[in-house]
Amino acid sequence: MSDHSSDGVSGGVATPQETVERALALSEADGCVVIVDEGSTANLRFAGNTLTTNGVARSSRLTVISVVGAGVGVVSRSAVRDGQLADVVAAADRAAREARPSEDARPLVGMDGVGTDAVGTEAAGWDRPVEPTSIDVFGEFAPALGEAFAAADTSGRRLYGFAEHIVTSTFVGSSTGLRLRHDQPTGRLELNAKSADLARSAWTGVATRDFADVDVAALDATLTRRLDWAKRRIDLEPGRYETILPPTAVSDLMIYLYWSSGARDAADGRTVFSRPGGGTRVGERLSPHPISLYSDPAHAGIACTPFVVAHSSGREQSVFDNGLPLGRTEWISDGTLANLVQTRHSAELTGLAATPQIDNLVMEGPAGGRSLEEMVASTERGLLLTCLWYIREVDPQSLLLTGLTRDGVYLVENGEVVGEVNNFRFNESPVDLLGRLTEVGASLPTLPREWGDWFNRAVMPPVRVPDFNMSTVSQAS
Amino acid sequence: MRQIDPDFLALPLRRLADAALQRARDLGAEHASFRLERVRAETLRLFDARLEGSSDADDLGFAVRVIKDGTWGFASGIELTPEAAARAAEEAVRVAAVSAPINREPVGLAPEPVYDDVTWVSAYDVDPFDVPLADKAALLAEWSSGPLGRADHVSASLMQVKEQKFYADSAGTVTTQQRVRLHPVVTAMKTDGDRFDDMRTLAPPVGRGYEYLTGAGWDFPAELAELPDLLDEKLKAPSVEAGRYDLVVDPSNLWLTIHESIGHATELDRALGYEAAYAGTSFATFDQLGSLHYGSPVMNVTGDRTVEHGLATVGWDDEGVAGQSFDIVREGTLVGYQLDRRMALLKGLGRSNGCAFADSPGHVPIQRMANVSLQPAPDGPSTEELISRVERGVYILGDKSWSIDMQRYNFQFTGQRFYRIENGRLAGQLRDVAYQATTTDFWRSMEAVGGPGTYVLGGAFNCGKGQPGQVAPVSHGAPAALFRGVRILNTVQEGGK
Repeated sequence: MSDHSSDGVSGGVATPQETVERALALSEADGCVVIVDEGSTANLRFAGNTLTTNGVARSSRLTVISVVGAGVGVVSRSAVRDGQLADVVAAADRAAREARPSEDARPLVGMDGVGTDAVGTEAAGWDRPVEPTSIDVFGEFAPALGEAFAAADTSGRRLYGFAEHIVTSTFVGSSTGLRLRHDQPTGRLELNAKSADLARSAWTGVATRDFADVDVAALDATLTRRLDWAKRRIDLEPGRYETILPPTAVSDLMIYLYWSSGARDAADGRTVFSRPGGGTRVGERLSPHPISLYSDPAHAGIACTPFVVAHSSGREQSVFDNGLPLGRTEWISDGTLANLVQTRHSAELTGLAATPQIDNLVMEGPAGGRSLEEMVASTERGLLLTCLWYIREVDPQSLLLTGLTRDGVYLVENGEVVGEVNNFRFNESPVDLLGRLTEVGASLPTLPREWGDWFNRAVMPPVRVPDFNMSTVSQAS
Repeated sequence: MRQIDPDFLALPLRRLADAALQRARDLGAEHASFRLERVRAETLRLFDARLEGSSDADDLGFAVRVIKDGTWGFASGIELTPEAAARAAEEAVRVAAVSAPINREPVGLAPEPVYDDVTWVSAYDVDPFDVPLADKAALLAEWSSGPLGRADHVSASLMQVKEQKFYADSAGTVTTQQRVRLHPVVTAMKTDGDRFDDMRTLAPPVGRGYEYLTGAGWDFPAELAELPDLLDEKLKAPSVEAGRYDLVVDPSNLWLTIHESIGHATELDRALGYEAAYAGTSFATFDQLGSLHYGSPVMNVTGDRTVEHGLATVGWDDEGVAGQSFDIVREGTLVGYQLDRRMALLKGLGRSNGCAFADSPGHVPIQRMANVSLQPAPDGPSTEELISRVERGVYILGDKSWSIDMQRYNFQFTGQRFYRIENGRLAGQLRDVAYQATTTDFWRSMEAVGGPGTYVLGGAFNCGKGQPGQVAPVSHGAPAALFRGVRILNTVQEGGK
């Protein structure tokens, strides 16, 4: 086979900052927003006490959003070289000229509108070079994992799991003067231990920004204890059980609730947050407890992008909102639905505040909440879950979700774990659960088991539900 | 016969591959592969016939994968120069070196013939990326109006993907491929008192071109014309009484049950535990190959990477293995798994059946699903004949909610439409239906499959698997089929206290 050209690409590769400036200068549209996402990842995957896959990867994505009148054109390309930049910008300009008017069209955000200290700080770092991650991020972690494999071999256990570190640097510039930059490290370790016959299984996981705080030995010790709990097997029938949900399970349910809280869909009568007869349920009490569910870009340990980054418009985001500053936003306040996810456009439709989505989530109950261990110790008879899995929506009107328990359901009697119970399929609504909780414990950083791939910055409490609906038994172990 | 786009062929494919493979050889790699790909994806979304958002994105880059000292190493890059390709090879070898001390299972690959400079293009007539965005938006707007104007709201979307891949490895295989796929969806929504509901088109995603939207393979105007009345009837339908029913399941629903309970369950990487910490393992363990009573004797399931218009159809997979068709379940018994080269060698199964796939240049190929399909009976009955065999049952069309446990036993599915069957005839729609079963119970309860006239190739654009997460397109063919005594839930009662 022969090459069909001597090169096929032309030009060098500019820095992200240079790309933003050049793209803005090339655009002939009325307005323009340019987003550059520079990404790097490193990962290790393992199963049965051995490595299965690994790798490092780099990515670079340019998104040009051109505005002509109320029309918008969005073109996104990866690995754009200098010689291709004009074509990408021209394509976005052309798409904007040919587009029908966008109903979410609003004046582009400028630095005048930003003006907060938080975003100013982001802008101040604009010129710094991108610092990618590499396989070296596992320099201390990989040997510790190797030691855990050796210990598992010795004790007849098998370890499975995944370690990943991602660094994304996002640059947003606009014809209205925006120059915003955010560097987001995202890491996680998922660790799963099984007995040699695979009949017993336990899981734990942590979110991390740099792997420096990951204690593999301590996590492995937790799994060993849980596998020991599972040596006694107790079969239970489907039914409604008093159940303690740990923070990871609560996070998976609350993230789904958050993802379902778009204001436009609620106003259109399509979600659990729609008020019968029209409008939304904002202002309605959802829980008798003073529960707070909120997002805060500055929350310690789970900090995230403090301004809107929207690569395309949709029900819950608008490209016109790019650069809009984000601050602490209460979704549920003192047990009452306080806000829904809004663009500036949907906020005008609903008459509510513009509250765009934010990439972290915190749930807190009353002050003085107990730890998971203390909640177990005070349980006369109930179930203690490890985590939930394969969560899917069954009925949007009630936000009924189905899914399964996984990697350990334990029976608690008189304050002690007395053995492992079979797994269950559940059918429950997280909105309904908020009204039925009998205890909300102390909130902790946690890794969502199911949604951790997409959303891993969460602080959640354990909760007690008096009548969790275990719909059927799952034979899976 | 369509050709691979010249602008892709104009990229320095061979030069980059040569640089990467040579550097890997120089550094002592036992095996090396180079993959350069471009995935272009365009999405349009309309709400109430107005364009709500569109995106036009591509992903271009290359990947180098090596085996060094029996350990995988992988690195990807975006700078299309020989120097960058060589650096990626060095990085892949370094990743293997870092990883080798914790690898306890040396990697080997099943043998595969060498394919020297071969090309393949999927079956389509009109490249959707050649159609102006405004024309596509206008067609979706037209679909959203007309009869659907009776609904409270109408959403419409169109996803289109063009995937181009160049692959070369140290054994000498060089392949270049291009395929196109698209998925149009129109959903009508309506409120009736305190109830709201929606109903969407059953048209499946396909490995076809834009001609799919203009008459080839699906009659969209006819389907759209029916939706308003069907949705009105659904809103007024009675809630189902929970219990056991005989089911006639339409292919528009059954494809997803096949995907979850057969497709994923017969992936050998799952059965061997490689996916254990994430999506899970499989009840269909390797020791049961050739003996597991998966379903009834009318159950015959194939894996196929060659079927025309299939979403998982390719010329060669991402390990240079030619597309094949193979048996998975024969007359109800498990007889095969989906394989990649490593697993085929590991379990002594001879040749891989070509199920390695990576969804982007930044990802490692992992074992992904072939088009896994339930075969019709050559002289089997029509859907009406299947319904006529049911005294008290439910006929289910269209997919909606789905969930299955991590060993692929316990599942729960809903659908778009449910009809009561009474004494062999349809007797109006039902609401709030979900069916719940165990995989083997369900497939063993399958009494009959329909004939070829009932067969439809359904599928999904975005099947998720692996860590880091990857999405893969896959088709599933199915005839209508009759199941006896399946548990039906009432979803409103499930949510009640």
